Amino acid sequence: MMRGKFVIAGVGHTAFGTLPGRSTVSLNVEACRRALEDAGIEKRAVDGVFVKTPTSAREILYGQTLSEALGLQPRIGIALDQGGAANMSGIAFACLAIEAGMCEVALVCYADNPRSGSRATYARPRGDDAAFGWFSTAAGYAMIHRRHVAEHGTPEAAFGAVAVAARRHGAANPNAQLRKPLTLDGYVAAAPLVAPLRRDDCALISDGAAALVVMSARRARELGVKAAVPILGMGQAHTSWEVTQRPCLTSTRAKDAARDAFAMAGLGPADIQVAQIYDCFTITVLMTLEDYGFCPPGQAEGFVREGRIEHGGDLPLNTAGGLLSETGMPGLQLVIEAVRQVRGTATLQVPGVRHALVSNQGGTMHTHATLILGG
Amino acid sequence: MTLPTPEVTPLNEAYWAGLAAGELRFQHCPHCGHRWLPARRECPACLREGAAWEKAAGTGQVISWVVYHTAYHDAFRDRLPYNVAIVELDEGPRLITNILAPHESIAAGMRVRLEVQSDFGVNLPRFAPVGAA
Ligand SMILES: [Zn+2]
Repeated sequence: MMRGKFVIAGVGHTAFGTLPGRSTVSLNVEACRRALEDAGIEKRAVDGVFVKTPTSAREILYGQTLSEALGLQPRIGIALDQGGAANMSGIAFACLAIEAGMCEVALVCYADNPRSGSRATYARPRGDDAAFGWFSTAAGYAMIHRRHVAEHGTPEAAFGAVAVAARRHGAANPNAQLRKPLTLDGYVAAAPLVAPLRRDDCALISDGAAALVVMSARRARELGVKAAVPILGMGQAHTSWEVTQRPCLTSTRAKDAARDAFAMAGLGPADIQVAQIYDCFTITVLMTLEDYGFCPPGQAEGFVREGRIEHGGDLPLNTAGGLLSETGMPGLQLVIEAVRQVRGTATLQVPGVRHALVSNQGGTMHTHATLILGG
Repeated sequence: MTLPTPEVTPLNEAYWAGLAAGELRFQHCPHCGHRWLPARRECPACLREGAAWEKAAGTGQVISWVVYHTAYHDAFRDRLPYNVAIVELDEGPRLITNILAPHESIAAGMRVRLEVQSDFGVNLPRFAPVGAA
């Protein structure tokens, strides 16, 4: 039984936005230092390092390069490559390693610097298809967005509602990179980038890092950790097919990741009070809500309208601003916000949070991971 | 910055040779019957080797499409706005392409027919609406 056996003992992050002159290793070290301070434990307790490879500048042996900078010789040190889902699958692999007795205290972290460094990865030609003009990460999501509209008649306002909520929440977050609120009219008025995507459908490009300390609940008690947040459920599942080849564009194996996480936690969608849904693009949020069972397929429109996903609504989403407003950094900041919501220390705190859900995904919805935290 | 053109390899040369001759080819597996694009050495269904190339009828349908209003490469700056689409051939394989029609007229499920066009020095498989002249 994995439910509640492991905890997030501490969380830390750098500033978000433009951080020139900082390597991803340096950013990771700062976030790890802050996470260890938050957990109230010494570095020497750490014997596992699970780091997501930086998206914009891949390096070999990154797990060891970072461990060296952390002054650690971990029992398990590894870099994970699943795009955005690697953050939360890193948590899962850390728990599995602890369960197996292969390490005791793990740092799970991620850093990137595409804003000050190179953004080329987001604009690259896709395979042999450059001659058709098939470029960029955004265009893959635009294909999925368009197909969702074609199959379900999803209105602009549904996508807009996701962007408006994120921007309202980000405006309240002093750490957010983009704090300018957005109206639905403003959303619709923006010029298309790769239609049907508009500017405000797209995640920010950000420098920054975030880190977590993961250990067993027992070890947290032994070490005197003050605000450990139990992990209730975890799941992951991967669609893997490139967008072009994917038989269905409007549903992914997010469905299976969520099913496993809910089963481990013994919970369902109705038991969740606040959710952090990976919002690299607004379509991702709508499809995740559908695949997770928060609403039937094709009906996310009704779920997100009229402020229902805003603070004060039925299910507040991305309460620190998400990738659309807080930072475009892939995913760990969503886990940190869920930790704050369970601890009761969020800026836009949702009252009475017992269970907080987080989704992470990567590639063009190639990979997916689900996490449920709570008391 | 020159546009990356398709890299012709022993694996995919039959595909590009087909387009040079004005036809679109896909791979099929003699063991399990699976059909696919782009070129692979092993069948993604049964994992065996020995795929054969087959000429596509050239008809299919639009699965999804996007319209670029920003150029990620200089070669496309003068072509904005342009579309990129996913087309599913009637035989099953899917590919990235351009639809030779006004953007507003493109729809999911729209029937299209192959039109091989020379562009950037290579023959590309593009598609026009069925019934268009
Ligand atoms: Zn086969």
